[in-house]
Amino acid sequence: MSTVSTSIAPAAAPARTSAPADNTSFSVDFSDIGRSFTAKPERGAARGSTVAPRPVLRDVSLTVQPGEVLAILGTSGCGKSTLLRIAGGLDEPSTGSIRIDGSPLNGIDARCAVGFQEPRLLPWRTIADNVALGLPRRIGRAEGKSRVAALLELVGLTSFADHRPRAVSGGMAQRASLARALARNPGVLLLDEPFGALDALTRLKMQDLLLDVHAAAPTTILLVTHDVDEALQLADRIILLGADDDADDMAGGRTGATIVQELVVPGGRPRDRGSAELAELRGRLLAGLGIDRHGQARGVAATHTIPHFPY
Amino acid sequence: MTQTQIPKPGTAAAVRPARRPIRLTSRRGFVIFGGALLPLAILLVWQLSITLGVVSVSQLPSPAMVFLAAIDLYERGQLTLYVAISTQRVLIGFAIGASLGVAAGALVGLSRGANVLLSPTLGAIRAVPSLAWVPLLLLWLGFGEQSKITLVAIGAFFPVYTTVSLALRHVDQHLVEAGRAFGLGGIRLFTAVQLPAVIPSVISGLRLALAQAWLFLVAAELLGASMGLGFLLSESGGNGRIDRIILAIVLLAVIGKITDAVVGIFEKWANKKWA
Repeated sequence: MSTVSTSIAPAAAPARTSAPADNTSFSVDFSDIGRSFTAKPERGAARGSTVAPRPVLRDVSLTVQPGEVLAILGTSGCGKSTLLRIAGGLDEPSTGSIRIDGSPLNGIDARCAVGFQEPRLLPWRTIADNVALGLPRRIGRAEGKSRVAALLELVGLTSFADHRPRAVSGGMAQRASLARALARNPGVLLLDEPFGALDALTRLKMQDLLLDVHAAAPTTILLVTHDVDEALQLADRIILLGADDDADDMAGGRTGATIVQELVVPGGRPRDRGSAELAELRGRLLAGLGIDRHGQARGVAATHTIPHFPY
Repeated sequence: MTQTQIPKPGTAAAVRPARRPIRLTSRRGFVIFGGALLPLAILLVWQLSITLGVVSVSQLPSPAMVFLAAIDLYERGQLTLYVAISTQRVLIGFAIGASLGVAAGALVGLSRGANVLLSPTLGAIRAVPSLAWVPLLLLWLGFGEQSKITLVAIGAFFPVYTTVSLALRHVDQHLVEAGRAFGLGGIRLFTAVQLPAVIPSVISGLRLALAQAWLFLVAAELLGASMGLGFLLSESGGNGRIDRIILAIVLLAVIGKITDAVVGIFEKWANKKWA
């Protein structure tokens, strides 16, 4: 089932030929994905309703290798979250299809797990019980308990297992959310701006944590982000979603976003955050996002995140 | 512990250094004492207005007369009987009405179809005043217990139904989606996410329903009963026993407050656990 294909990821290169059952990672195939919303999004909005549908995504074709970390970059509202939600079965494409590990996705798939931008923990459950929500259905009580304990250990929340989400910090809640997603033992981990709501330092720590997690259990990761540096730090490959300039011919209407750039990030992880090699890529990506880099020669990004103080 | 208490001039904490920095108005003893102040003042004014001859005893009997009326009724065995029968009617009717209310509220709050189908009708029935039901229920169910319990159940049904259905519609969609994303659906999603999310509102609905149950009980007993506090009111109104009328009113107030306080304690506990 899990044929190990040579991943682009240098980090995931020493792929084990007989991967244990809890280290599965699956390929994801998007073929010609398109998604449009009706102008007034109503419940159960019929596709052929009178209001003209507003296209958000079109012609997204992409293959993600097993164990690969793919970052999806794009400006706000370009449909990157929609693409991720389609992969997670939380939304359905208007056109095209999606296959995971070669078989079509149908509804909410047990092979995928989603990490949201907000922690979305149940406030009446303890951190440990929230993580347990992600456990697969068939798992035994004792095994589930030990797995939750192991995951809490992994994300460094063992001493907060009995706390309520309200009693822990935003970064801890997001770590618990990550642990909940990992509890599902997903072949594909879908992360929708998972660190977007965190302060800059916590975000950097979370990025390192995610790399540790991926090194321990190399699953396929689709990471939606608007942070170029985060994408460069974490991903094997980055795709940039955006609207084609020459495609706006349909009576002035928008045509929806598609993949406008794709690049493979060189070098193994963890990467030097100050590397000059990545600076050039950062400049290209920022230009693709419509940001003037202000400093062609030096290759210094204009939007480098500076941590706010005090934290 | 390491919190630095900032003394605000004029507050009790600044005047009187307390061992624990708890505000005066949240201390248990002060709360009980403060809550009892006004009833005691009313009692005092009541007694004074009679001793000073502001109102005549035939208009307003003295506190002592009301107390004696209570002793008198107690010795005849009626006081205990009336209180017991009224409380029983409220509790049974409340249990029936509240459980139906939770069920109907869950149905309407979770299912769009049920909402379209049921909520206009239920909204219209809710608009019917409690007294309007009494003649109909008396004719249909007679003077027995059923008619009173049914009316109390009607009264308890609507607060629960309304709060539950509204609360379920406003459950954080992010949490529901997270639950769905982890493979929960149907009854499992309801018990894992939606039900715990609405428990605080359900309990405040129950609290409202209990208050309403007492209101509907008196309506039922005023018009057709041979026992109970409502009957005591209508009977005493007929033969001019103002002391008994006041006694019945005081009893309704006290018992109603006690049942409400019990639910309030439960509510506090549940809010700590679920919210």
